[in-house]
Amino acid sequence: MHRQLVIEAGRTERQYWKDLWHYRELFYFLSWRDILVRYKQTAIGIAWAILRPFLTMMVLTIVFGKLAKLPSGGVPYPILVFSAMLPWQFFANAFSESSNSLIDNANLISKVYFPRLVIPTSAVIVSFVDFLLSGFILLGLMAWYDFWPTWSLLVLPLLVIMAFAVAMGAGLWIAAMNVKYRDFRYIIPFIVQFGLYISPVGFSSNVIPEKWRLLYSLNPMVGVIDGFRWAILGNEIVFYWPGFCLSLVLVATLFVGGLWYFRKTERTFADVI
Amino acid sequence: MSDIMIKAENIGKKYMLTHKQDSKYITLRDVIAQKGKSIAQRIKAPFSDSETISKLEEFWALKNISFDIKQGDCVGIIGYNGAGKSTLLKILSRITEPTVGKVTINGLVASLLEVGTGFHPELTGRENIFLNGAILGMSRKDIKNKFDEIVSFAEIEKFLDTPVKRYSSGMYVRLAFAVAAHLEPEILLVDEVLAVGDAAFQKKCLGKMRNVAREGRTVLFVSHNMSAIRKLCGRALWLDNGKIVKSGTSGEIVHDYEQGQIRKFNDFSCVAERPADDIENLEFYIKRVELHDSHGEKTKIFSYHESLILIVDVFGVPLENSYGLEFRIYKDSGEFAAVGTSGPLHGIYFDNKAKKIKIEIGPLILTNGKYTISLRTITRSWIPTDTWDHACSFNIVDCHPFAMPQEIKTPVCVIEHTFSAIR
Repeated sequence: MHRQLVIEAGRTERQYWKDLWHYRELFYFLSWRDILVRYKQTAIGIAWAILRPFLTMMVLTIVFGKLAKLPSGGVPYPILVFSAMLPWQFFANAFSESSNSLIDNANLISKVYFPRLVIPTSAVIVSFVDFLLSGFILLGLMAWYDFWPTWSLLVLPLLVIMAFAVAMGAGLWIAAMNVKYRDFRYIIPFIVQFGLYISPVGFSSNVIPEKWRLLYSLNPMVGVIDGFRWAILGNEIVFYWPGFCLSLVLVATLFVGGLWYFRKTERTFADVI
Repeated sequence: MSDIMIKAENIGKKYMLTHKQDSKYITLRDVIAQKGKSIAQRIKAPFSDSETISKLEEFWALKNISFDIKQGDCVGIIGYNGAGKSTLLKILSRITEPTVGKVTINGLVASLLEVGTGFHPELTGRENIFLNGAILGMSRKDIKNKFDEIVSFAEIEKFLDTPVKRYSSGMYVRLAFAVAAHLEPEILLVDEVLAVGDAAFQKKCLGKMRNVAREGRTVLFVSHNMSAIRKLCGRALWLDNGKIVKSGTSGEIVHDYEQGQIRKFNDFSCVAERPADDIENLEFYIKRVELHDSHGEKTKIFSYHESLILIVDVFGVPLENSYGLEFRIYKDSGEFAAVGTSGPLHGIYFDNKAKKIKIEIGPLILTNGKYTISLRTITRSWIPTDTWDHACSFNIVDCHPFAMPQEIKTPVCVIEHTFSAIR
């Protein structure tokens, strides 16, 4: 096989997507590494992936459902909370992992070539595996409360793609900026913690006054979480379309912008990191 | 079809060096502060050039590098630390982009810039083979096919399922090299990786690399190990300060490089040895020179008005049965500062049995800076028989001969003088 490669300032573009395909197995291997490493030398291993979201769900249910007594619209509160926690946990993990991924793999970046996009993407894939595991808790909860989903569950894969795009888009922005400005390392935990309270995770977004709903939807996770709730809980939830459409546009912008910025700065990663 | 595998045309790589901060990272705070400052400046003086606030300096790690490498060539890249060797490999392996220029590569490239890149200490040997292989660009199928070969090359059969954090450093390096050695690219770029591991293993690695080259693949090999370059490579490139000094057959380039190294060493020491290629075919020559201060201590730093002693060793048989010696002192900026000749000026000629001559020079009324000394032997009729240019160098410091502490750097020498008002 003979292929010609031309290296020139600002020329890597043309080869890029072909290279990404050539290195497709690396997505798998890097994710596999992170999953393997995560639970090495732990006593209960992969059970942590189930235990953590379950405990968080308990806390949120007790605080918002039992103590604050927020309305759930007739749905068991744990299911209301968990249907939102699924996308939120996925976003939070994927976002913080992918944001730090470039720095954590600095030695790879300065010593080997491969399309850098592989690194943050496989960080998101790792979180996606956690997401799938947490999905089983939801199934368990639904069986426990004898709660049956409706046909709206079929929309879920599309919403998963949307959640993927939010996490990936935000992750790409921060990851690329983190290479140059380590400040973002400290901003990430703050965004994640703060986001939990300003996103409708512990409560339904119906508790937000009508006139603030559109403004509230500027948080792209609001659309994703509302979508998840609607898909899982079905008709019990009133769906707020204008907000969802706004979120959709924001998510698309975030993702495309993130990809653009990442590609633009990628060439200098090895020199700066 | 041409058999040129790598064609580099005028490539250069520029880095920007910052001179004002001590911190390694650019923080957002600095950027904001800088922006704020420059806006404030612009408001205050809208037409001045405010770009000079942050003192950035350009640094060309590589400049005007052009070369062709043919298929099956094994090319050694040599040079001092910081000469740009690693930067060159990084550009060829696409880790970083050149600032200017163009490289055309015909074939698959794999690079091995560090042993064990991407190894994860928590993973077992088996897991790391797959991970490292994938990072270096092998497919899972390739790794599976080569797996047994890799394991036996690394000699770690027993420890396959032990986390590599428990490996001895020797085992770690063996495994890492084994994975990389079983890549099968058309072009292999290798940076100083043989410096690790014991002698037996180094030998094994060299053997492996020789096989790679013999199979018709192209290898670029950076090393400080000259004997490895000589054995392994047919051709060599010598880089210095980001430029190609010389390229040619490896024997020739390594020889020149080693001579250059002696010169460079002489520059730092008070004892200078004559490089071997200067004295080929000479029957009588200056072999060695030492710099002493007036107490006989070796030094190359002198204060103003101190004296300097040169101990010169000559070797061989002069043309006539006696010879004269001459020294010349040049300032680093090029000025010819002083000369001294034993014969025509002092009437002193040395007997051909005299092999060690002492020259006492001083007091040195020279200004601050670096000076070099050239030495020459001459006949009675003042014909030079051997010249050693820039044999050694010394520095003058503390040149403030007058009442004020102001130090003098230019011009070359100081003449005593006084000032007084007479009217």
